[in-house]
Amino acid sequence: MIDVYSTYLIVVIALSFCVILAIVRVLRGPTAPDRVVGVDTINTIVIVSMVAFGTAFREIIYIDVAIVYALLSFISTLFIAKYLQGGEF
Amino acid sequence: MIFDLVIYVLIGIGLFFNILAGIGLLRFPDVYTRLHAGTKCTTFGSIFLIGSVILLGLKMWWEKDTNGSVLALHSALALVAILLTNPVGAHAIARAAHRSGIKPAQAVIDELSEEPMNVTTDERRGGD
Amino acid sequence: MKAFIVTTIVCMIIYLILTTGSGTEVLGLWSFIELAFGLLLSVLIGFIARSVFVKDSYRMLNPIRWFLFLGYLIGPFFLAITKANLDVAYRVITGKINPGIVRIHPDLKTDLGVTMLANSITLTPGTLSVDIDEDTNDLYVHWINVDKKALERKPVECKYICGNFPKWIRRIAE
Repeated sequence: MIDVYSTYLIVVIALSFCVILAIVRVLRGPTAPDRVVGVDTINTIVIVSMVAFGTAFREIIYIDVAIVYALLSFISTLFIAKYLQGGEF
Repeated sequence: MIFDLVIYVLIGIGLFFNILAGIGLLRFPDVYTRLHAGTKCTTFGSIFLIGSVILLGLKMWWEKDTNGSVLALHSALALVAILLTNPVGAHAIARAAHRSGIKPAQAVIDELSEEPMNVTTDERRGGD
Repeated sequence: MKAFIVTTIVCMIIYLILTTGSGTEVLGLWSFIELAFGLLLSVLIGFIARSVFVKDSYRMLNPIRWFLFLGYLIGPFFLAITKANLDVAYRVITGKINPGIVRIHPDLKTDLGVTMLANSITLTPGTLSVDIDEDTNDLYVHWINVDKKALERKPVECKYICGNFPKWIRRIAE
């Protein structure tokens, strides 16, 4: 019988399947914004899987890392978008 | 027992929408429609997955485990971070895509490209 | 002075959330040293960032607006997100799309209101905010399933894109 905590390991495996789907889009995407959309989606899924990992192993530090990762990936997305649209910074 | 069932249902809904986001990224034809799938579905899936973690933390807290409070509060903060940053990032990508000259595929109308041409209002008033 | 106090309190609340479980002395969640250090840091940050965080209006200090915001999040906003995802699921599975970019005129005045409306539009059924006209606060919205009836009048009426969200946001943020 699986308990609730180890269910989150299955969640992480399913989420890595989503990451694979998004990586296919990053590799195939015909234009640069397509690839950025794929990377943005990967970022969100990675944040959620970090929270799930932290719950599965009952390690709070993973969730703190997820918060910092969310803010940093947001800033990186903004900068890539700014770079793509050209013009002044 | 019922509590576990609620958590399993929340996890199921969250996973379904996250996988849907991946499939949508592959199936849609251009940047804007892919953004629809990539933003909305991951945000909604995250709400349910992290919501299940918050419920679990609250239950641990109820059973006098201080780790539970930390788990619930920090996961809630991560959820707030996702909810605030995801739409803004999508908006930034969409604007950058439009300014770098990508037209929406199969578009019926594109008012942003034909910006100065805003005569239809006056024409209709004259017609009436 | 008021800006300094507001910024300090917000910083302190975030610090308290991030350091829960550091000890058992205060309410069973925090330790005294942690609280003292947090207060010191928040005062420092409040002094540095007071003019960045608060922009010369204290409208959002009213608790009624906070409760309205919470009600907005739980009620109409969550309903709209649910509808949006079922809609996207339908379109992913069937592949039927009919997209276009339209201009709407929500008639909001403050930056905070426009930001909230743009974020709400991005998360609600079939729409995604693409660009903004800084002078008139008009929004350009990518619409995944354009309604022929809505195109008869320009700019397109808000009720087709975002329902009664502008009314809610005007009550919350203006």
